[in-house]
Amino acid sequence: MINLEVPKKFTTLVDQARQAAVAFLRPNSRKYDQAEHTYPKELDTLAALLDGLSASGGGAGTGGVRRSSAKRKKGEVVNSSNMSLALGTMEMCWGDAGLLLSMPRQGLGNAAIASVADESQLARYKGKWAAMAITEPDTGSDSGAIRTTAVRDGDFYVLNGEKIFVTSGERADCVVVWATLDRSKGKAAIKSFVVDRDTPGFELVRLEHKLGIRASDTAHFRLDNVRVPAENLLGSPEILPDKGFAGVMQTFDNTRPLVAAMAVGIAKAALEETRRLLSEADIEIDYDRPANSQPAAAAAFLEMEADYESAYLLTLQAAWMADNGKPNSLQASYAKAKAGRSATSITLRCVELCGSIGYAENDLLEKWSRDAKIMDIFEGTQQIQQLIIARRLLGKTSAELK
Amino acid sequence: MVGVSTSEGLGAQPHKRTAVGAAMSVLNRLAGAPLLARLGIKKPVDRVVYGATKAGFTLANRTFRATGSQSKPQRLPSAGDSGVFDLNPTEDQQLIVETVREFAAEQLRPAAAVADDKCSAPPELLSTAAELGVTLVGVPESLGGVATDRSTMTNVLVASALAEGDLGLALACLAPAAVSNALVLWGDEEQQATYLPAFVGDDVPAAALAIQEPRAVFDPFSLRTKAYRTSGGFVLDGVKSLVPRAAAGELFVVAADLEGRGPALFLVESSTKGVSAEAEPAMGLRAAGTGRLVLSQVSVPSTALLGDSSSYAECVRLARLGWCALAVGTGQAVLSYVTGYVNDRVAFGEPVSHRQGVAFKVADIGTELDGMRLVTWRAASRAALGLPFAREVALARKLCTDKGMTIGSDGVQLLGGHGFVKEHPVERWYRDLRAVGLMEGAVLV
Repeated sequence: MINLEVPKKFTTLVDQARQAAVAFLRPNSRKYDQAEHTYPKELDTLAALLDGLSASGGGAGTGGVRRSSAKRKKGEVVNSSNMSLALGTMEMCWGDAGLLLSMPRQGLGNAAIASVADESQLARYKGKWAAMAITEPDTGSDSGAIRTTAVRDGDFYVLNGEKIFVTSGERADCVVVWATLDRSKGKAAIKSFVVDRDTPGFELVRLEHKLGIRASDTAHFRLDNVRVPAENLLGSPEILPDKGFAGVMQTFDNTRPLVAAMAVGIAKAALEETRRLLSEADIEIDYDRPANSQPAAAAAFLEMEADYESAYLLTLQAAWMADNGKPNSLQASYAKAKAGRSATSITLRCVELCGSIGYAENDLLEKWSRDAKIMDIFEGTQQIQQLIIARRLLGKTSAELK
Repeated sequence: MVGVSTSEGLGAQPHKRTAVGAAMSVLNRLAGAPLLARLGIKKPVDRVVYGATKAGFTLANRTFRATGSQSKPQRLPSAGDSGVFDLNPTEDQQLIVETVREFAAEQLRPAAAVADDKCSAPPELLSTAAELGVTLVGVPESLGGVATDRSTMTNVLVASALAEGDLGLALACLAPAAVSNALVLWGDEEQQATYLPAFVGDDVPAAALAIQEPRAVFDPFSLRTKAYRTSGGFVLDGVKSLVPRAAAGELFVVAADLEGRGPALFLVESSTKGVSAEAEPAMGLRAAGTGRLVLSQVSVPSTALLGDSSSYAECVRLARLGWCALAVGTGQAVLSYVTGYVNDRVAFGEPVSHRQGVAFKVADIGTELDGMRLVTWRAASRAALGLPFAREVALARKLCTDKGMTIGSDGVQLLGGHGFVKEHPVERWYRDLRAVGLMEGAVLV
């Protein structure tokens, strides 16, 4: 039966995430936006708190993105970890996206491990904070063209190369590094390796200064003959031409709805604050009167809220499909594309509507509009999502539609 | 006590039709359709049913008379809340939608261009739609329909499926259901007994919900059509615009500003003195035969007032939701059509779909359309569940207005010059989709 309401069983979780956002993230939001590269120590307390909640079945842990393998009765529809995680992420990013990205043990590397690791690897990295290293100085969206190499040497792989834009790279315990076993064999040879931060040769070059999500550290690494135990390779070590790359890309089906959820959270924060400020300016939103009969700012708000609602529901759809074992590549990209571009345009327009209050640092609106932009870039840019969607809808291969 | 003893026993009550039953009876008639082959149902082809076997809509002076006796109005209860976020329609809904979609693809789409040109829908199509159950799905079993609970979600699915065939014809098919749905939602026992039997019978009357008025920045909460109280009832005066099948209409639900109360709904029979219709063809929705309904000092009895003071806003919302459903269906038609076209069309030595400038437009249509569908569904499911839905309808309307029109425009653009000519349906969808943001009333889900 069609029902697009959040199930009651997630009420507590959403409420807890909101409380955490109110108590820990919002009060520190501006502080770590200004003190870029300073570790937000308040997050240790929050992380411990959330771990406790996770253990009791609540909480917003990235560990939940593993493709649902839980036994479901045939025909039964469930709302499970992908949805609860998306909902928790929205609330936390309503608090602060940069701080959420800095949450200990909640890195994108954790999502990758959860998605593709075998059981023993899962056990080995339990409780570790894992960052994700894909991008290279000369390889961005074309992750199939990465140049970092991994060469087998006995029980080890030896990694060489350079990685940039590694979120939480400095703070994490380990980094999931994408490298190729054989550049001549293309995407199928690309594997991901868990590299402990203290491995010799794994050198932090610098931290980036950024437009937004400044609370989150973004690292640049050089890998100089980094020796990684062979069992740290995630997934199968074989080069299977037909499905190799699909394995690592599978991570994205699970993480894209999460980035969409982050974008939705930021957009929600900006809309709530804008509505409050508009109300102070005697502009009320009327859901019954035609938008064109209302003040232009109210009409603009309705337009933004409509885009927000679309992004929100596309995100929940992708999570719902993952929870119910339905392939959701297309819908994950729908969610990411819509949420990424909507969050950016909504937050920027909120700044415009709120004038100097929106633009100045006394309020968080300007910060949200800087934070939002990354949501349309990382985990696959807007244009990459459009490519994925177009190929699916048109039935085209990546060779035909480049 | 007399009522109880006479309402039991063989033949005392008409057989109840269920949603599945209604769909199956249409399957019977749509012999030869691929769906039948898929379901393995064998039935001889009987094309006569598409001939002019129905009396059609010539009975402009039908007399509506209360039949049967009800002690209180029949309302549909809210759908039970499953408590689970779920995007799967029920089995009944799936069967109904599949049947309606088949009808839309095989009957509406081929007839759309001619109907658009002639500004009218073929009567046999309208009667087939009635047999499909587009009015029945919103009427309670106790009143001869097939609904067991609030049908907003099902109505939305049906409207989208019809519009995937053609929006103008979908509007023509759905116009009577707007009136029957309004009667189910807000009619008192006498109004229901007087009018609803006709809507669940073999000869569903042409009927329409008339809210729109001919003026810029029209606001349905600020009406120029006025209703004045008289000793015996009300006098209505004003002009309604873009009323579907206005010339053939036998019964209208008219929005008018009631002095001392604000906007309200009135049941107006077309045979009432002072009621006249004028053709008002527009850039789109032409198959629906849109017209102006002119009300010149029309006297209606006090029983003509439909609903209480809270009904009107709900009516406006459910009508807007209907337009969202129509936009979703039309958007789906655009997406399917342009996908095929840009894959077939070759330029510079390869399909134009191999170019990002083309492919990304298709991607955006797909993305925005899926969002439109979900936002519309959420509003509909909230209405069916008995939850407040004003916000959700407003957002669905805004989204479907803006993105729906963009989809219509991009649809034409992707076909280039071919999109501009009537050889392809995209120019019609472009014209039809412009209606979504401006129309008030006409449909009701």
